[in-house]
Amino acid sequence: MSALLLLVPMALFLGLLALLLFLWTLRSRQYDDLDGAAARILFDDSRPTHRRGPP
Amino acid sequence: MNVIAPAPSASRAPAACAHCGAPLPALLSAPRPAPLPEGAGRFCCAGCEGAHALVSGLGLDAFYRRREMAAGALRPADAAAEVPSDTDFAALATPGQGGTHRLELMVGGLTCGACVWLVEQALAADPEVLRARASLSARRLTIDWRGGAEKAKALAALVARLGFRPAPWSPACLRATEDAEGRELVRALGIAAFGMMNVMLVSVAVWAGGDMGAATRHLMHWLAALIGLPVVLVAGLPFYRSAWQSLRAGRPNMDLAVSLGILASTVMSLSETLRNGPYTWFDGATALLALLLAGRVLDRAARRRARQAVAELLALQDGTVQRLEAGGITTHCPAAAIQAGERILLASGERLRLDGVLEAEEALLDTAATTGESLPRRFRRGDALAAGMVNLGNPFALRVTAAAADGSLAAMARLLERAEQARGRFVSIADKAARFYVPVAHAVALGTFLGWWQGVGVSWQEALVPAVAALIITCPCGLAIAVPAVQVAASGALFRRGVLVASATGLERLASAGHVVFDKTGTLTEGRPVLLEEPGRPASALREAAAIARASRHPLSRALVAACPEAPAAPPAVEEVPGHGLRVATPQGEIRLGSAPFIGLAQEDEGLTLWFARPGLSPVPFRFADRLREDAAPAIAALAELGLEAELVSGDAPPAVEAAAHAAGIGPWQARATPEEKAERIAALSVAGRRPLMVGDGINDAAALALAHASATPQGATDLAQTAADFVLRGEGLSVLPYAIRVARRAQRLARQNIAMSLIYNIVAVPCAVFGYATPLIAALVMASSSIIVILNALRAGKVKS
Repeated sequence: MSALLLLVPMALFLGLLALLLFLWTLRSRQYDDLDGAAARILFDDSRPTHRRGPP
Repeated sequence: MNVIAPAPSASRAPAACAHCGAPLPALLSAPRPAPLPEGAGRFCCAGCEGAHALVSGLGLDAFYRRREMAAGALRPADAAAEVPSDTDFAALATPGQGGTHRLELMVGGLTCGACVWLVEQALAADPEVLRARASLSARRLTIDWRGGAEKAKALAALVARLGFRPAPWSPACLRATEDAEGRELVRALGIAAFGMMNVMLVSVAVWAGGDMGAATRHLMHWLAALIGLPVVLVAGLPFYRSAWQSLRAGRPNMDLAVSLGILASTVMSLSETLRNGPYTWFDGATALLALLLAGRVLDRAARRRARQAVAELLALQDGTVQRLEAGGITTHCPAAAIQAGERILLASGERLRLDGVLEAEEALLDTAATTGESLPRRFRRGDALAAGMVNLGNPFALRVTAAAADGSLAAMARLLERAEQARGRFVSIADKAARFYVPVAHAVALGTFLGWWQGVGVSWQEALVPAVAALIITCPCGLAIAVPAVQVAASGALFRRGVLVASATGLERLASAGHVVFDKTGTLTEGRPVLLEEPGRPASALREAAAIARASRHPLSRALVAACPEAPAAPPAVEEVPGHGLRVATPQGEIRLGSAPFIGLAQEDEGLTLWFARPGLSPVPFRFADRLREDAAPAIAALAELGLEAELVSGDAPPAVEAAAHAAGIGPWQARATPEEKAERIAALSVAGRRPLMVGDGINDAAALALAHASATPQGATDLAQTAADFVLRGEGLSVLPYAIRVARRAQRLARQNIAMSLIYNIVAVPCAVFGYATPLIAALVMASSSIIVILNALRAGKVKS
């Protein structure tokens, strides 16, 4: 039974971690453009779009 | 230099435009009067040629291998006008940090991943652009760049030159995409799914561990309560809120039953945990929540897609008006900002957005949207003009008689609101089932509780267990998913065929429609002038005339160019004589294209005619007409097969209506119908129990659309008609209407099957719960299996042969 004392909190901790990750993805709006995300993964070339301002 | 076009041969398969993919006309086999310009064999129009050159120049050719889109969808609207419409994009740019600016656009025509790629890469090629990000679902493009706001215009023009249609990102678009409620549902679903899985972990241990000691079981139950309680309280909020509202309105809905079931099982489980009973039901409560939330999230996603698409259509139509200031200068401003008494300028081909009085001597306007007349009407100075008319002539000035909020459009919008309220009383099949089902389920649960407590004589805590088990098993899990799942599958299938389902109960109403009323202009017909074929006309005249017509934005010029898209670019010296036509001086003499008096003919124009005169050739007439849509007759025949009787009610003159009715195969017709008469006809049909489906596109149809049992509008309809209609038919036009009805009927049938199936489940499972044999394991199995069967059955809704 002592195994439970370790395993159950571990399982719960991992589940909670997944929940927090999910809430983070939701907050950073990763579900707003599901169609686009499905297509975007296939763009094979490096994207020159992310040129930031002067260094 | 003619490099690309191969030798013409009759057997060659029809070629497609290298940019937009539209089939090229087979005119190349005709003897050529003049050498074609370079590349003319590969493109359908100059706009596409320019777009292709732009894409190649940026090294983005990969786009053509990747895209998946309808042929012709990417044709730039107007090669002559580099800047789309008259929108002042520079004013829309918002300044950011460090001398940067940001522009938000709604981009029409963005249909696949390759489009997103093309737009982003084309913009990123500009060294000043810091970031360009397009959202495929929302059709929203965000551009950040270094430098002044005036660059916005060039960036929007670049998007337009690629063949997309940029429009300002309006608050309406924002409302359609910013879906706070939807995000909350997804969040609740995530929490409920987390709770369900982790409680199940504990519950399975209890179910499987028959030899588990009482103390361990107690610990397990407390663990389940620890996870289950907060989850039920937080993730169930959307249901509790809706249930509370329905309770206050005095109309119990499905959410009330759901809330009661979940809360009762949570309370019972808590009491079982406290007294260390054999089972707790936290897993049932959380699983129920997760399943119901999944159904709701799906339902909302499908509806949101349709809402976004409608917002996109409206944003592309939404324009500004040109206000005439003192001193003859014009400024662009939104139509809502114009007061009565101000003067505005209406450009050629522009739609009037406000009511006004004509100040020019004479004007030619297309009144199809306001009265349904297919022939344009001439107005004199002082005539009243109604919003919705389209200027077919030269730009003219008018004095606005009513601000947007008091004008005829606003009055019609108020009429629509009243009609919508009447339609809100329609009771959907899910609500009907819930009204019958919920009281029965609650009565059974109450009876079980009283029976065990008073009849059998157990303690009230023990009596609560079978009562709540009955409540959970009857809890309309399958029932709550039964209808949304069908709706999602059906509206997804329709969306792929270009039918937007704008109303929640639209599919159900469409399924039961028994009669169809068509408007003529713009619905059965194309709604724009199309060149009529004439056997004796020399092909070279058409080519030359179309080349000259490229210089003009007049609707008839555009129709001429559309009839001969392979015509060369306009000669540079074309001069437009407002109100009369176009002329170009050549060494051989003057070539003219315009009205009969303009080229020196004495006769008066009949209908829509352009004359072409060139030295050494007798004047050639080009006649135009609003042509019947190609798919009108087959669509009406298909509707008749489905048992829908068609009739035509139009505001146009009797001969035109009769001809259209005859050509489309419609029996009864009515001409010169005012908007009120159209609405009356719909009301009369409704009273007679015919359940009319109205199909129309004009402002004059809006009231009838809102009043009808179900309504559909073709793409390109006035925005008022689009807001009033349940369905917007994009793309294929009328031919999808019979398909939509078949899908709707099948969806209705499947929804009934699903409801029946979940009822049968209950009839089997409820006695089991009432007599105390149900354990949480049985409840979980029943719930999961009935939901899966209902969902699988619903998926069949999308599988209708077209």
